[in-house]
Amino acid sequence: MLAVEMKEAAAKPVKAGGRLCCICNKRRAALKRPKTLEQICRECFYEVFEEEIHQVIVENQLFKPGERIAIGASGGKDSTVLACVLSELNRRHNYGLDLFLLSVDEGITGYRDDSLETVKRNEIQYGLPLKIVSYKDLYGWTMDEIVKTIGLKNNCTFCGVFRRQALDRGAALLKVDKLATGHNADDIAETVLLNILRGDIARLSRCTSIITGEDGPIPRCKPFKYTYEKEIVMYAYFKRLDYFSTECIYSPNAYRGFAREFIKDLERIRPRAILDIIQSGENFRISTSTKMPEQGTCERCGYISSQKWCKACVLLEGLNRGLPKLGIGRSRGLNNDRKKGTKESNAKKSIESKQCGTLDF
Amino acid sequence: MQLTLEFGGGLELLCESVKVHNVNVDLQNGAEKLNMKDLLCWVRTNLIKERPEMFMKGDSVRPGVLVLVNDCDWELSGQLDTTLEEKDVVVFISTLHGG
Repeated sequence: MLAVEMKEAAAKPVKAGGRLCCICNKRRAALKRPKTLEQICRECFYEVFEEEIHQVIVENQLFKPGERIAIGASGGKDSTVLACVLSELNRRHNYGLDLFLLSVDEGITGYRDDSLETVKRNEIQYGLPLKIVSYKDLYGWTMDEIVKTIGLKNNCTFCGVFRRQALDRGAALLKVDKLATGHNADDIAETVLLNILRGDIARLSRCTSIITGEDGPIPRCKPFKYTYEKEIVMYAYFKRLDYFSTECIYSPNAYRGFAREFIKDLERIRPRAILDIIQSGENFRISTSTKMPEQGTCERCGYISSQKWCKACVLLEGLNRGLPKLGIGRSRGLNNDRKKGTKESNAKKSIESKQCGTLDF
Repeated sequence: MQLTLEFGGGLELLCESVKVHNVNVDLQNGAEKLNMKDLLCWVRTNLIKERPEMFMKGDSVRPGVLVLVNDCDWELSGQLDTTLEEKDVVVFISTLHGG
């Protein structure tokens, strides 16, 4: 029904403001690009949108021929567009990649179960094999059960820590070489601001990297690092892509929400601000006297960790022992108990104890 | 004036989860034309059932909400000053929900 109405709308005579595309000079412009302020038509938009991402992939050598790549797929707009564009570019430019969809089932009734249905449709639409890993299988707890136990405080910490590890575990099961995530320019600008607001030097220095974790088992990359959210949503809308857009029922991260709103306000006044914040993040110089956490492995599960136990194991221990506050906040964690007597700087603890909300950086 | 309004990207949740609304908007007495500013007022009063702050900020849409008039970005047609015509299709999409 909607498609029919849209066709009618498109057939209407061009009215005031119906300017021509500044690239092809033939068709009616359909959007204003936030990055360049150019007015371009739908067809030219698809082309520049896809080719810019191709350039980012090539210039940053995100992939090598023959690699197996997992796309972190939530069913939301970013990962849906990423799956669509990556499978198209892989064909068009002969990347020679084996692409997979990787989803995490947090066990949130009425939210993730619905969005996973979208991912299952994407599996068919793009012909990409799908792997779903669940918190229940990996940790023995669903988010619904965790929230029942700990309430709506700190639940996003559990979810964020568990998701990061779940994606790594899923990627290992798929035997992929790399994980591509749908983080866009707006997300990264927002995270730069958040890390400044939290004084989180360790994360500030790595949140703008287009590839992270190259020293770890499964590196991650962000092909949309320079892609505006507006263009991702416009692309999904014009192409009628099937995506899921409901906020998590367990309350969004309020602090991140403020940063997000601030970025959107800035964008309205000066769209370049988003790319400029990313550039600022990239150019920060961390003083050499700042103590950075050292990377090791978790004694319990073998996952990368800068502490004796990784964050997920500490949180899980708390849940299973009925002490859900374990690992939350600045001190009094298992790790800290164990390290009594050893000289540990407070700076290091504060870097370790902060979470990034629902986005995995 | 007959208009088709579509809400997406989560905004439909603010209007009882209905995505497409075929509506008839009366012009204010004396007015000859309807522009987007008038329409936003009308939508806020007549369609938005909860959390209007998710849809509007001041007299415009909340930053992060995309607006298309007949499938054209409203930033090309003058945003709030865009004049609407009979049978126009206006789409509102939030970019603020989930990734």
